[in-house]
Amino acid sequence: MERVPVLKIGDILLVSIQIDMEDQVALQLQEDLADRIVATGCHGVIIDISALDIVDSFVGRTLATIAAVSRVLDAETVVVGMRPAVAITLVELGLSLPGIRTALNVELGMELLALERDFDLPDDDDEADEAGATVVAAP
Amino acid sequence: MTAGGDITAGADITAAERLAVSTDQDVVRVRQLVRTIAVAAKLGLVDQTKLVTAASELARNTLVYGGGGVVEVSRVENGRRAGIRIVFADQGPGIADLELALTDGYTTGGGLGLGLSGARRLVDEFDIDTEVGRGTTVSVTKWCR
Repeated sequence: MERVPVLKIGDILLVSIQIDMEDQVALQLQEDLADRIVATGCHGVIIDISALDIVDSFVGRTLATIAAVSRVLDAETVVVGMRPAVAITLVELGLSLPGIRTALNVELGMELLALERDFDLPDDDDEADEAGATVVAAP
Repeated sequence: MTAGGDITAGADITAAERLAVSTDQDVVRVRQLVRTIAVAAKLGLVDQTKLVTAASELARNTLVYGGGGVVEVSRVENGRRAGIRIVFADQGPGIADLELALTDGYTTGGGLGLGLSGARRLVDEFDIDTEVGRGTTVSVTKWCR
């Protein structure tokens, strides 16, 4: 059975699904991610699905479960790179993925997680959060 | 017990490919076969995606609820329109309450209950023939625009 690799980049675990997953592979990914979150203490998970030409109800449910399990383990999940045709099909299928954060690409997903993490920290300056998007580009 | 119309009326079948579905890997093969044929039939990208997604849901149903079966994918033509028809057949337990099975959110298998009802929304024609103790056959068609 193939396995989807989980990469650690700083405080984030990055998963890029590049294969047409059998159901069993998706379930394995769910377990691997939970293990890696606990082992690394990472607070963010990014799942890149830009290579997937479909997301059916099984994969959709798996993504939702991964997001829920991650949250329980103190990590936030962002699903990135969904193709427009996949989004249209998912919604028509009846699956709008409630509870899943999304971003258009990996870069925006990382920004989202960075902002989110800032919100969690006790800030001495309220404006710091609002300025988060520009802070990324600042020296 | 049936639902949907007679989808094959007046349609010419030009080619057919069959796949047995008895493992997870076979569900992936069904997706790939449907994708290949949808591309060859020049179905639009969104329609390809909808059809492959519907095929994935229905092939999984054939495996999980029907205990395995056969999937047949054909190019069909109806007048000037070309399309793709997929038939999923199993000899499993059948569906006792079809109306309930076609309801969003109803499941006996621990899933989301969107497979059958969702797949129906993703195709142009949907026909289901089922009998308790004899099995279930689902036929779907997607037409090129």
